[in-house]
Formats: sequence, C-alpha cells, structure tokens
Amino acid sequence: MSRLKILALLPLAVALSGCNYVVLAPAGDIAAQQRDLVIISTVLMLLIVLPVMALTALFAWRYRQSNTAARYEPEWDHSTKLELVIWSAPLLIIVCLGALTWMGTHLLDPYRTLGRIHADRAVDQSKAPLEVDVVALDWKWLFIYPGYGIATVNELAAPIDRPINFRITASSVMNSFYIPALAGQIYAMPGMETKLHAVVNHPGTYKGFSANYSGAGFSGMHFNFQGLDDKGFDAWIASAKSAGGSLGRAEYLQLEKPSQNEPVRRWGTVDADLYRLILNMCVETGKMCQSEMMAIDAKGGAGHQGLNNTLPLAYDKYARRGTALGPEPSFVAGTCTPDAPQGKTTASIAAPTDTMPLIGAGLKRPSFTPLKSSSFFLGQRPKSDS
Amino acid sequence: MSPDFLKLIFGRLTFESLPLHEPIVVGTFVVVALGGVALLGGLTYFRLWGYLWREWFTTVDHKRIGIMYMILGIVMLLRGFADALMMRGQQMLAFGGSEGYLNAHHYDQVFTAHGVIMIFFVAMPLVTGLMNYVVPLQIGARDVSFPFLNNFSFWMTVGGAVLVMASLFIGEFARTGWLAYPPLSNIGYSPDVGVDYYIWALQVAGVGTTLSGINLICTIVKLRCPGMTMMKMPVFTWTSLCTNVLIVASFPVLTVVLALLSLDRYVGTNFFTNDFGGSPMMYVNLIWIWGHPEVYILVLPAFGIFSEVTSTFSGKRLFGYTSMVYATVVITILSYLVWLHHFFTMGSGASVNSFFGITTMIISIPTGAKMFNWLFTMYRGRIRYELPMMWTIAFMLTFVIGGMTGVLLAVPPADFVLHNSLFLIAHFHNVIIGGVVFGAFAGINYWFPKAFGFKLDPFWGKMSFWFWVTGFYLAFMPLYVLGLMGVTRRLRVFEDPSLQIWFVIAAIGALFIFIGILSMLMQFAVSLLKREQLKDVTGDPWDARTLEWATSSPPPDYNFAFTPVVHDNDAWWDMKKRGYQRPLTGFKPIHMPSSTGTGIILAGLATAMGFGLIWYMWWLAAASFIAMLAVGIGHTFNYHRDFDIPAEDIIRTEDSRTKLLAGAR
Repeated sequence: MSRLKILALLPLAVALSGCNYVVLAPAGDIAAQQRDLVIISTVLMLLIVLPVMALTALFAWRYRQSNTAARYEPEWDHSTKLELVIWSAPLLIIVCLGALTWMGTHLLDPYRTLGRIHADRAVDQSKAPLEVDVVALDWKWLFIYPGYGIATVNELAAPIDRPINFRITASSVMNSFYIPALAGQIYAMPGMETKLHAVVNHPGTYKGFSANYSGAGFSGMHFNFQGLDDKGFDAWIASAKSAGGSLGRAEYLQLEKPSQNEPVRRWGTVDADLYRLILNMCVETGKMCQSEMMAIDAKGGAGHQGLNNTLPLAYDKYARRGTALGPEPSFVAGTCTPDAPQGKTTASIAAPTDTMPLIGAGLKRPSFTPLKSSSFFLGQRPKSDS
Repeated sequence: MSPDFLKLIFGRLTFESLPLHEPIVVGTFVVVALGGVALLGGLTYFRLWGYLWREWFTTVDHKRIGIMYMILGIVMLLRGFADALMMRGQQMLAFGGSEGYLNAHHYDQVFTAHGVIMIFFVAMPLVTGLMNYVVPLQIGARDVSFPFLNNFSFWMTVGGAVLVMASLFIGEFARTGWLAYPPLSNIGYSPDVGVDYYIWALQVAGVGTTLSGINLICTIVKLRCPGMTMMKMPVFTWTSLCTNVLIVASFPVLTVVLALLSLDRYVGTNFFTNDFGGSPMMYVNLIWIWGHPEVYILVLPAFGIFSEVTSTFSGKRLFGYTSMVYATVVITILSYLVWLHHFFTMGSGASVNSFFGITTMIISIPTGAKMFNWLFTMYRGRIRYELPMMWTIAFMLTFVIGGMTGVLLAVPPADFVLHNSLFLIAHFHNVIIGGVVFGAFAGINYWFPKAFGFKLDPFWGKMSFWFWVTGFYLAFMPLYVLGLMGVTRRLRVFEDPSLQIWFVIAAIGALFIFIGILSMLMQFAVSLLKREQLKDVTGDPWDARTLEWATSSPPPDYNFAFTPVVHDNDAWWDMKKRGYQRPLTGFKPIHMPSSTGTGIILAGLATAMGFGLIWYMWWLAAASFIAMLAVGIGHTFNYHRDFDIPAEDIIRTEDSRTKLLAGAR
C-alpha cells in the first residue's frame, strides 16, 4: 500500500525536481504580479470547472443504461430555475474575472512607469530608472545603454530594485522580447517602438529570448539576463566600457546582417543617435527617416514631387528584394531637413505617485479631436494650415 | 535551349527546386509515389475510373460530396499528423548540443505545414463534410440549394490540398508559421515559393469554403420541410447555420488579406512592408479578424454533434433547446469582437487589451451554458455508451480544461507571460482536438451507419478512442507544464536538458495518438469486412430523434420519397411516438439535379493557375484563367441540369425497403 502511495507521488516528484517553473516563480515584481493574476484567475475558474467535471462524471455514471434504479424522465427538457443558474453562475465568475482583468491590465500595462518596485516598496524617486534600448536583429539581440554609452549583443544586465525602462524595436521582422523571470513579453517590430517597464528584485542569471518565430536562426536567439547588485552592475558596466570598440552606423550595418547563435559582444562606446536611426529605419546614410517622412506627411506631404524623391535600392539584406512584376526596389531619399525634426521621444505614461490600486481611470485620456469636414470620407489629407 | 526560353516556360522552376538534397523528403516521395502508382494501377486494373468519374467526381449529390469531404479530411490528417510526429521527434532529440535530425529549413516548413493542413485541410473538410451530409437530411430536403456549386466547392478545397501536397516535392512550403505574418512572409524575407504556395493553396480552397458557406445558409433558410420553423430545427442544423454565417462573413477577409499580401509579393505594393508606410500590424489584425471566427467555424458544428449525440444516447429531449440556440447565436456574434486577444503583446494599450480580454471571457458564458445543457440532458436519462457517446463524455471532460486555459489566456497580464508559449499550444490543441476532432469522430461514428447501412466496429472504435484520449493527455499536458517553465513555441533546439523529459512524454503521447489513428483506419477496414454482421436495415440504428433517421440507410438519391412534415423539434422521435406509417403508395416522379464535370474541371484549372502563379509561369496562369472563364461561360449553356427520377424507380426502391423492413421485423 505505502509503495503504491509513493508511486502515486512519482509524477509530482518528477514535476518538481530539477525543473524551473520560472513563470510561477519569477524574480521581478511585474512578473510576480502577472503570476498572481494567473493563479487567481485559475482558482476563480476552477470554482466552476471542477463542479462541472464532477457532475459530468457523476451523471455519466449514475444515469448509465444498466442502472435501472435511477430516475428516467425522457420528456423533461426545461427548468427555468436551472436555466437561470446555468447562465448566471458563469456570468458571476466572469464579472469577477472581468473586473480583475480591467484593473490588472491597466496596472500591469507594460507602457506604464512603475509605481512600486516590490509589493511593499515604492519606487525610489531620487534614483533615475535604467534606460535600455533593445533591438531585435536577425538573429540576436542588441542592447544599448544610452545612459552609459555602451552596447552589448546577447547579454543584458540590470541592477536589482532599480526600475528599467526598455524601448524596443527590431531591424527586419517581428520578434517578441521576453525574459520570463523579469516581466511579460512585448513584441519587437521594425519601424515601431514598444515599451516595457520592469524591475528585477533578486540577483541571479535568467534566460531571455525571442518569443515570436522570426526565421531560420530563431532557436538560437537567446541571451542571459543578469540581475546584479549596484556594485556588481557598476563592475559590469566598467568591464563593458573597457571592452573598447565603438558601435556606429557602419558597424551596425555589419552587425545587422543575419547570423545565428551569436556569442556575447560588447562595445565601450556607441553612437548616441543609433537607436533613433534604427527605429526610423534610416541607419543607411541618405535614406529618409520615418520620423522625417511623417513630419512631411503631417504637413500635407511632398505632393507629386515626392514620387521623384526615391533612389534605387542598392543594399541587400537577403537574397533578393523587389518583386517579379513590380517596379525596381527603391527607397525614399533623405531631404535637407534637420535629422530629428520631431525631437527624440514621445511622452510616456506616468504612474500616479500614490500606489493605491486603480479603479480603471488611472490613465490620461487621449485628447479628442473631432473629424473636420467631409475630407476624411473622401480620403483627402487635410491641407496644412500654412 | 536558351535559359531565357526555359525561364519563359518554367518560370523559376528548375532542377534545384526539387528537394533532392533532403533524404527525408525523397524517401517520403518514393513511398507516396509507389502508393500512388499502386492506387492508380489498381483503379485502372479494376476499371474503376468510369465508375468514379460518373458516380463520384461529377456527382452533385450532397451525400456523396459529404463523404468525399470526409475522405479528404482523413487523408490529409495522415499528412498533417506525419508532420506532428516529425516535430515531436525533433523537439525530443534536439538537446544538449544536438541539432536533432531536421535542419531549420525543413523544420520550419514542417510546423507551418502542420498548422495549415490541420486547420484548412483536415478540420475544415471534416466539419464541412458532416454538414454537407447531414444538414439536408435533417431538414427533410432533397439536396442543397445549389448542387453544382457544392461539387465545385469540394473540388476547390481539393485543389488547395493538392497545392499544399505539391509543395512537399516541388519547391518548398512557407517557413513562416501558419498565419504567415509579414514582414517575414513578405518578399524581402521570404523570396522563395513557400509563401506563394501558402497564398494560392488558401485562396483556391477559400473560394470553395466561401461558396459552400453560401450554399448551406441558403439551404437551411430556404429548403426546410413544412412545419420546421427556425425554432424546430435540430441543434446541429442551427450550429451549421451559424457556422456558415461565420464562414460567409469571415472568409472574404482572409481572401482580401491574402490578396493584399500577394500584391505586395508580386507587384511591389506596400500594404504590409516595413518601408513606404506599410503596416505589418494591419495584416495581423486582418488575419485574426478571419482567424478567430475560424475557430468557432470549426467548433460550433462539433457542439451541434454533441447535442444530437447526447440527446439520442440519453434517450431524452435536449435540455434547454432555446437557450442552446441563443447560446450559439451569441457565440456567433461575439466571435467577431475578440480577435485582438491573439496579440495583446503588440502594445495596443491597456484599455484596448482589457476590452478584448473581457469580450473573450464573455464568450465563455454561453459556452458554459451549453456545457450545462449537455449535462442536464444526461441528467435523468438512460445513457447508452456507444462510441459517439464515449467521444462526447471525453469531450466534456477535456474541453472544460481547454476552455479554462483559454479564459486564462484572455486575461492580458497573464497572456503577457504565456503568449506564444507551449502553454498556448497546449490550450488550442486542447480545444481543437478535445472539441473539433472528438466531435468529428463522434459524428463519424454516429452517422456512419446512415451513410453506409452498417455500423462501425466497436472494438477497433474503442481502441481508437482510448489511444486518442490517453495520447492527447500525454502529448499536451506536458506542454502546459513547459509553458509554465517559459518555453516558447516553434523552437528547433533546446539548451536546458531538464526540459527533455517533458518532450519525451509528449512524443510518447503523439505515438499513442498515432496508434489511435491506425486503429481508426483499422476500424473502417474491419467494419467493411464485417458489414453483414454490423448491418442495419431499419435506417434508425440508435433509436434516434431527428429526421435523417426517418429514411433508409444509405438514403436513396432523393432522400425522402415524400417530403416529411414536422410538428416537433425532435421530429423523428415525435413521428415514431405517434405511430408514423411509412407511405407505400402514391409515389410521383422526383425532380433532381444532374451530375456535371464542370466543377472538377474548373477547380483543376484554378489549381493550375495557382501553380503557374507560384512558379511565375505566366503563360500557364493566363491560359488557365482564360480557360476557367471559357468553361464557366460554357457551363451556362449546359441545359442538361436536371432530370426526373421516374415513379417506377421510386416504387422499386421503396418496395425493396419495405421488404427489408419486413424482414428485420
């Protein structure tokens, strides 16, 4: 008997030994809150799922054909009371879960700056958060530390208990930036920027990777994320600084080329403008930046002259660009406008200073601009005011 | 011959396009080729071509088309499952520095093909086949509204499947994942033919699916027999109606989004490119506006099957018919309001994410109500554990787990840690296998005697059942666990050796499912051999409740000699209870549609056009397109569209049934 009991425990032992349930036991406050939500939601749903499963088994057994002792009512097909229960029981669960979802989604919005670094510790406002710019390349991760002027490939480190603000983009295709121990993932997409705010609470080395398939080298697209104490982090920065080398536009274009299973690389200095150029897809000299293009478009566009402002595409990341029947590949040439007409960053969403749970209204509303005239429907761009 | 001339003829197809360097593919090709030659030889030897052409390929009979859909689904299941076994094998082996046995080029095609085949060419044909077979019988109709269109739809679906299969041996399939997100699927990053195969296979099959949807909606709305009001329709017909509404409203979105992608790839537009103002996220939105309703397209008919089965085998009216119908309609509408939950992690913002998260959860309310309705149908019933009922119980126990993890994934912050992980993979296999596949198997076992006049062998059926069910749990519960360890999907090699045990368990599960599939094939073979023992002459082997059981098994070409009149939503049950007497005299000629080869010819031309476009053989594409127009216009001059079955034939058929019934009594 006891032996049987031990056997019954075997799967549990296998399940718990040597395995790292990182999603359920993370090292960062955001991931921990996400974990809590996973568990609370599961428990809430089990409230209804378990009875359903038990009833299924019970009815399946009790009303089997051979059990002639059970009642048989072939015409019984309606009961208003029961109907009320079977619609309202799931409804109640979903009302609870929906409320939880609304609050949780807003509180744990990755775009929102952190309000706390741990369940019982608020953010130390005197310390600036760590800024990290993340670029998903084929097939490796580039991390730029604008505050320290260093860059690394496939290695990320952060001091514990200090908020980290990630700005994330990609060079070619979609990836997803995910360190399960730190916080939930967010996509890295070319020409677009996503954000993630997180904090790591426990020192250690954790896995990070791309969670969205991005091509042949996808499996090797992982890195180590180190949570270090302040001293260790300073030492790590210093060692990166001492690695020397400089990551500028030319070096980046070399780095950007597809490669697999890249080892860790470090650069002691980095072009301060590089991330903005990557995000706006204009690292190649002479190519118009997206921000510039959008600024021109916002003013009504360059009109027909704009059509002539393209040059044949000379560089090639892959075997081929361009299509069988379409025009020759080209790109929009840069104009003589200043390089960064719109400034560097857009406003970010700030967390309220008090960390009371939000009741759904913690975010600034986007300002409402009514559509003017019928031009919207006719597909015409509004004329600029100038 | 000059290379230019060769290029004109063959486009980009060269000898290098044939995967001769991949031993696995070559081996598969040899086996498939030998099997194909044997099959073709056999057909020729037994002189079956004429029979097949006349009685099957050109038929407009909804019953035969339904059966052909089922055969297509089962054949493609073998291909899709072979891909699954290869993936499980690769992920089990590729640990500790091992590269496994598949390189990235091959592995990435395998997982893409697995998803595409299983959804479009297994689940869809199985579901469409069952609807095609059963719905006209359940509503007392002679056929669908547009019988020729039905034949054409089927062959278009086959055309898509042929293109996917061709990609295995000529060129390659997409390496993008089953939804082919750009920019990866755009010409800059996937310049080869793989994505073009994907696009044209889905476009060709998609035309078939859309037309079949229109056809079935029309059938259900217009061809119901007298007395069958909407609220007296069998639940399977209701779920079929909702499914086809979903098809008609969502498949055009797929067609358009794939057309935009092909414009990007062929003529250099910039809908989904990184440059020139293209928006890859627009593609992601559009494809999921189709993609989410698609999962309900698959699962709603399965819900209908379970409703029919539960009520029949519990010997009891379906509990809460009205709420069942409303639940189905609510699911249909809500399924359009949830697509964004597939990409919470693309940074849509908290309010948008919570909206879509909560709408997703709301779907679980009608779904939960359905679950309770089945439960209370069993309550105070007399449950007979035949195979369809066993699949239903397995479904009820399995699907609630999948539903629960689905709602969990609908909580955006939870999704941020589980998105794209193996937890997600486990979830959707849990609902698709536990819901759609189990439903299709319940339906096959339930309606097989109607289609062929004999039941399926219970022994091999039970073997298949137990291996499928245990195999499912063994294969997918480990993936839930791995997802909680932060393991993401579509990985080809792994570093952490502690994960390997879970992949080994999953691979064993896949083998169990494989035995389950083999047992099912065995079940068909054994049943065919023992058909005399398993014979059913009554036409109603399960003591069932709906109209399809009122006619003979297999039903005559015209389904019902006299159009039935319905007074109750369990029409046949009601007829039996009131001592219904089958009419024996007064037969009149019956007006029926004629067979036509136009459907298969058009679909063949469409497939050729797809092939031409894939390989840039412009002459082939243009010629097939013009030929399609010509055949289509030519068909409008075909005046032999219908005929009357003479009364004598009907009398003969009905008399022989009378004798059989007398013999059975």
